[in-house]
Amino acid sequence: MTAPNHRWRKFKNAVIQTLTFACAILVVAPLVLVFYHLISQGFSSINWAFFTQLPKPVGEVGGGMANAIVGTFVLLGQAAVFGVPVGVLGGVFLSEYGSSRLNWWIRFTADVINGVPSITWGMVVYALMVVPMRGFSALAGGIVLGMMMIPLVMRTTEEVLQLVPHGYREAALALGINKWRAIVQIVVRTALKGIVTGVLLALARVAGETAPLLFTAFGNHFWTHKLTDPISALPLQIFNYAISPYDDWHRQAWAGALVLLVLVLAINIGVRFLTRDRFQKQS
Amino acid sequence: MTPGENKTVPETRQESRAKSRELGPSVPHSTLDSLARQSEAGTARPSTVPTALALTVRNLSVSFGGNQVLKHTSLDIAARAVTAIIGPSGCGKSTFLRALNRMHELTPEARVEGEIRLFGEDIYARNVEPVVVRRRIGMVFQKSNPFPTMSIVENVTVGLRLNGVRNRRLLAERTEQSLRMAALWDEVKDRLHAPAVSLSGGQQQRLCIARALAVQPEVLLMDEPASALDPLATAKIEDLIVELKKDYTIVIVTHNMQQAARMSDFTAFFYLGELVEFDTTTKIFTSPAKKQTEDYVTGRFG
Repeated sequence: MTAPNHRWRKFKNAVIQTLTFACAILVVAPLVLVFYHLISQGFSSINWAFFTQLPKPVGEVGGGMANAIVGTFVLLGQAAVFGVPVGVLGGVFLSEYGSSRLNWWIRFTADVINGVPSITWGMVVYALMVVPMRGFSALAGGIVLGMMMIPLVMRTTEEVLQLVPHGYREAALALGINKWRAIVQIVVRTALKGIVTGVLLALARVAGETAPLLFTAFGNHFWTHKLTDPISALPLQIFNYAISPYDDWHRQAWAGALVLLVLVLAINIGVRFLTRDRFQKQS
Repeated sequence: MTPGENKTVPETRQESRAKSRELGPSVPHSTLDSLARQSEAGTARPSTVPTALALTVRNLSVSFGGNQVLKHTSLDIAARAVTAIIGPSGCGKSTFLRALNRMHELTPEARVEGEIRLFGEDIYARNVEPVVVRRRIGMVFQKSNPFPTMSIVENVTVGLRLNGVRNRRLLAERTEQSLRMAALWDEVKDRLHAPAVSLSGGQQQRLCIARALAVQPEVLLMDEPASALDPLATAKIEDLIVELKKDYTIVIVTHNMQQAARMSDFTAFFYLGELVEFDTTTKIFTSPAKKQTEDYVTGRFG
């Protein structure tokens, strides 16, 4: 037994443990900080009117972001309609059909796309949709968010499908079930929770995007009745209010940021709830 | 796929099984003394007569990415009998079994050569769909794998439903019939809609057997179906297999020598990718022709 050496080892271990713990705390700290700041600045402006009224013209106190909140949901809905089918089916291809060589290229492309700055997406869709259609539109905003969702949804779908044990695929095929039916009704169904989780996380991720919407959805001070008209969204409204010179708008921007954060947080908690119980329920 | 064409599938299969049933009584396995081993053209076949053959395997070789796992195997599998495949790990037992219902096609680098005929029909013929082959030759795996998102009854009927059968009465009939054949009906009849994963390990494996039976295959392949079960559950599966051979041709891979001896009619011994010996089970376990076989069944190696 070499006691001093042992004590030195224990000390080193304690140092590393403390260091890693401190870093772990630093990961949590920003969320606490952001929440504290948003609540202290924005909570006072959150009231019934904030959720039900349109923005008031400059100079008038009060008003709300009802159109921006609804606009965010409209944009997310469109993004889901465009992005989810393509993303999920692409993920199914990667997991169930593709050859490893082709898959490598698809995955590589998806990862590159994932890294493309969001403002670049905005400019591309501006050039491809807004200019030819001669105007900003909710449709262009939905499509840009949907395009950003595709690589995220595709990769998570592929990953969760790979988690489905190979035995289920074999069992299905050994019953004389066609491959596509086995994939849709057995493999995808088994991984459905994971796929939904991936979709929700992708939605949460794009819910806060501002830059691509500046060139596409543009923003609107009123209700939008057609998808070909510009539409407001929470991040856009926050941006516009935050750069304005008015204190009342600043307070509303804080409130908007708080609502957006709560929305994203709610999606994440929903995901936790979905993935919590391991045992599948029967309907 | 039109539902009409699919609905007829199970009935046709039933007919074809009825036809195969007329081919004669089960092979008399006890006539051990009258056995003279016959090795025409290198084919292992116990010379019992008359034998209705379910599967004839000729010169079957399987390789994975250039690595030959099964070498030039020829073997006849009798209808409505249990054929056991034994041999040490890595000898090609499972590879052989999986070639019988074209499961190797799921592995891109697998190459299968040779000929396999199911009641005379070449199952690897160019115009034969693997899906059709697998409907006629079912499979039960080592690890029980009921579909976790489905209830007990949904698991049993999944093969029919996903092949387009909608008739509720037929599905209900087949459910009860299959579960009874798998000796599971009495244990689950009051909770058919419970999740399949709520069953015990042994029950799950019998559910998998019921699921395979529900599509009414002609041949049932079993890849060590009891190796993950406790002795009691194993005994149930074994009883079940003996019961099932009245209607089905069964090919079972097993590591358990006693199991092979207890319930099979024929036994094939594989070693290093080659078929060493194939004969009636009694012959293999009492007076095998090859030294290697004797060493293996008496536990001297493997």
